Amino acid sequence: MGVYETQGFKLDNTGKRVVVDPVTRIEGHLRVEVNLDENNVIRNAVSTGTMWRGLEVILKGRDPRDAWAFTERICGVCTGTHALTSVRAVEDALGIAIPENANTIRNLMQLNLYVHDHLVHFYHLHALDWVDVVSALSADPKATSELAQSISAWPKSSPGYFRDLQNRLKKFVESGQLGPFMNGYWGNPAYRLPPEANLMAVAHYLEALDFQKEIVKVHAVFGGKNPHPNWLVGGMPCAINLDGPGAVGAINMERLNLVKSIIDQTRTFIEQVYIPDLLAVASFYKDWLYGGGLSSRALLSYGDIPQRANDYSAPNLLLPRGAIIDGDLTKIHAVDLKDPEQVQEFVSHSWYKYADETQGLHPWDGVTEPSFVLGPNTRGSKTRIESLDEEGKYSWIKAPRWRGHAMEVGCLSRMVLGYLQPQQYPFIKDTIDAVLAKLDVPVQALFSTLGRTAARGIETLYCAQLQVEQFDKLIANLKAGDLTTANIDKWEPSTWPKEAKGAGFTEAPRGALGHWIRIKDGRIDNYQAVVPTTWNGSPRDHTGQIGAFEASLMDTPLAKADEPLEILRTLHSFDPCLACSTHVMSPDGQEMAQVKVR
Amino acid sequence: MTNTFYDLLRRQGITRRSFLKFCSLTATSLGLGAAAAPRIAHALESKPRTPVVWLHGLECTCCTESFIRSAHPLTKDVVLSMLSLDYDDTIMAAAGHQAEAVLEEVKAKYKGRYILAVEGNPPLNEDGMYCFQGGRPFVEKLKDMAADCQAIIAWGSCASWGCVQAAKPNPTRATPVHKVITDKPVIKVPGCPPIPEVMTAVVTYLLTFERLPTLDRMGRPAMFYGQRIHDKCYRRPHFDAGQFAESWDDEGARKGYCLYKMGCKGPTTYNACSTVRWNEGTSFPIQSGHGCIGCSEEGFWDKGSFYDRVTDIKQFGIESNADKVGATAAGVVGAAVAAHAAVTALARARNKTGIAVKQGE
Repeated sequence: MGVYETQGFKLDNTGKRVVVDPVTRIEGHLRVEVNLDENNVIRNAVSTGTMWRGLEVILKGRDPRDAWAFTERICGVCTGTHALTSVRAVEDALGIAIPENANTIRNLMQLNLYVHDHLVHFYHLHALDWVDVVSALSADPKATSELAQSISAWPKSSPGYFRDLQNRLKKFVESGQLGPFMNGYWGNPAYRLPPEANLMAVAHYLEALDFQKEIVKVHAVFGGKNPHPNWLVGGMPCAINLDGPGAVGAINMERLNLVKSIIDQTRTFIEQVYIPDLLAVASFYKDWLYGGGLSSRALLSYGDIPQRANDYSAPNLLLPRGAIIDGDLTKIHAVDLKDPEQVQEFVSHSWYKYADETQGLHPWDGVTEPSFVLGPNTRGSKTRIESLDEEGKYSWIKAPRWRGHAMEVGCLSRMVLGYLQPQQYPFIKDTIDAVLAKLDVPVQALFSTLGRTAARGIETLYCAQLQVEQFDKLIANLKAGDLTTANIDKWEPSTWPKEAKGAGFTEAPRGALGHWIRIKDGRIDNYQAVVPTTWNGSPRDHTGQIGAFEASLMDTPLAKADEPLEILRTLHSFDPCLACSTHVMSPDGQEMAQVKVR
Repeated sequence: MTNTFYDLLRRQGITRRSFLKFCSLTATSLGLGAAAAPRIAHALESKPRTPVVWLHGLECTCCTESFIRSAHPLTKDVVLSMLSLDYDDTIMAAAGHQAEAVLEEVKAKYKGRYILAVEGNPPLNEDGMYCFQGGRPFVEKLKDMAADCQAIIAWGSCASWGCVQAAKPNPTRATPVHKVITDKPVIKVPGCPPIPEVMTAVVTYLLTFERLPTLDRMGRPAMFYGQRIHDKCYRRPHFDAGQFAESWDDEGARKGYCLYKMGCKGPTTYNACSTVRWNEGTSFPIQSGHGCIGCSEEGFWDKGSFYDRVTDIKQFGIESNADKVGATAAGVVGAAVAAHAAVTALARARNKTGIAVKQGE
């Protein structure tokens, strides 16, 4: 399979091999290898998850009501989203309906995660792919101020402000201790921003670092802390008491005011800093439209943010659900997590083994057995890998497929699915149209690295707006006299059936997230999670289909073969989360060999 | 060339007066009193910024996320002005071999003078290949960087105890740092994650006083892990008065009564959540209605359900008393509290003696 075609890409692994390991500015551990042709264009891409933790095995035999805490620790960056998925899976299995307030509070927590996570991603994980910090040293502070004031009403924009910041930066660089900026790709020709835009972006990198810690106070109010707030099967643990004695010990008016204040500040920051910066950066890169990968052919979203409690059908979801395959944007396919024909996982190129590796298995019926075997063309040794052999097994990530198709998940999938359904999602449609008009690019520009990055910003704006609406909904329900936050009818395991199974989903900030649970005699009999970066970071399958990361790198030219700036830029546009993707269970030795998830 | 922390502040336009104010605030926030301020000032004026190498093993990155939530000092100021965060794969600009080159440079240039911060832990099964970076096992990278460091900070419950991936049956043999590195001082800062300001305070203490904070017998800084959450919980008076939430969202829950009967692990958990609190003092788990799950305690994943009362542990033997406290009132309370105090003292003693902890140097 050295040279072949798949999904519209022509793969050729005969050119010079370049290895990037570790891929930094992501969650977890990822390795990427590419082959370059004589013009330094990527002609083959190999994406490898290099960590595995085994949480699903650890969950076996535990109390299903505890599962949220374990699964929450799958990821501390998208903190809470696994917990929410988990309580939904348990509630689905046991038939537990949650109160309206609990649904709204969960929505507020999930939306809060979105705006925090996307903001931190843009500035602290992704910006240095577009912004040259060293170039900012030569900016004119006055011109920077004019630039900033021309695009936003954000008050921190005076010449003096940028001059002070630039001085601080200069002293930092002159100290000779560059810290996290050491060995960056400064001066690489793939950087295109003028010095003033770089200085403005660096200023906002630091401001966003200060501000992000405010956003998550909403999680602290309802969940007690962030990262890793607390959740509850059957509702939310935060009781509400508006005016009775002891209200100070519960969610009361002061707490609600704090939440409201943060929601308003957050929206302002998104509108006045994030979005103007995004548009400014994009305007200098709008003809760099590489990195589309699978996005124009295969997109998947489970949807999220149910407007009414306990209705998880597509029309009730404020983030869209659906699947696009074969590049046909005129047909949105219905998605059902419980249909054994839809979501399946394959392992022919993953470090696991099946009896028949040409078959995929639905998560309720998954089998996982480890097989850390390197392909015959691997260079190096087991513990000194120089380059991997993609014709063999080469990743700790399984290969999930939707009806047999490799899919891209995440913000771009959600925004495209919203764009295609303007009656249900007018905000998404209108905002995308406005951004395209502002940048003067056609709709096809969405299917690119830059499009993914823009989609994340548009989604942040949408979620900042939804936070306001969900808060108003909470207040309206409280005003109507409903203070309930938990349904305890089926709290006691004695009320549960002997056996039950369920599926829970969310849209994590990084994409479609599903948990599948089987409960037997009050304990977890089987737990499986298929997470966003399992989809996007998927290795090849038995038919040779490549995953979304791999596809996105194809045919991209590198300005400098030994500086992986464009590779990082495109991978980061997905916001990879490897602790999520590689936690799938795998047995170890005698004890674990018996643990087979069915 | 390198500059001291004070040089940097001066050159960034910060006045000496502001600098000294910062020093006295730092002294106060560390509970050291005004007398310590001149020593902090002296330390910061005369030292280059200490290099920090922050490694990530098997983890979820919640510790990094928590660290960037610090309000005092701001993470921005820690990273730009207080230390030199030379390697941290979560935020660093470089990747691949350019990133790994930084490690060699730090080892060569700052031998014996850099701090190694470890988030997550190394898995030892499958020759360590359940977590590999740069094509080699993480455990090798850890040993390599530990060899020349001054001291190790074990961030969070993963690095300190093993945490969730080490919960039974620990399929990867995820192993806490102090069991792999035995010849260096290891400061454990447990919690899943630890409190942001506790993290930055531990770092600031090291930089300021140039010594390890006083550690308890488990290797934790006594200043933040010396008391149980229950000892300083604002709901403690409800415990003492026998006022408990009996189920989720009941009258007691709405009145902010004690969550002991809902499984709260505050009575057996050593951490600063009920004093420092979370997210700039906004709240902490008990304040928001869910019991403490004991996330800073060793093996907390394997001590039964989070909703099992601590009294379910047989040796504690006070379950009936605690129930009576809830059902009746004042008469029984004194006895129950006395029993409770005795039992927690016992648990504390057992924790102190039951686990062998290597203390390094």
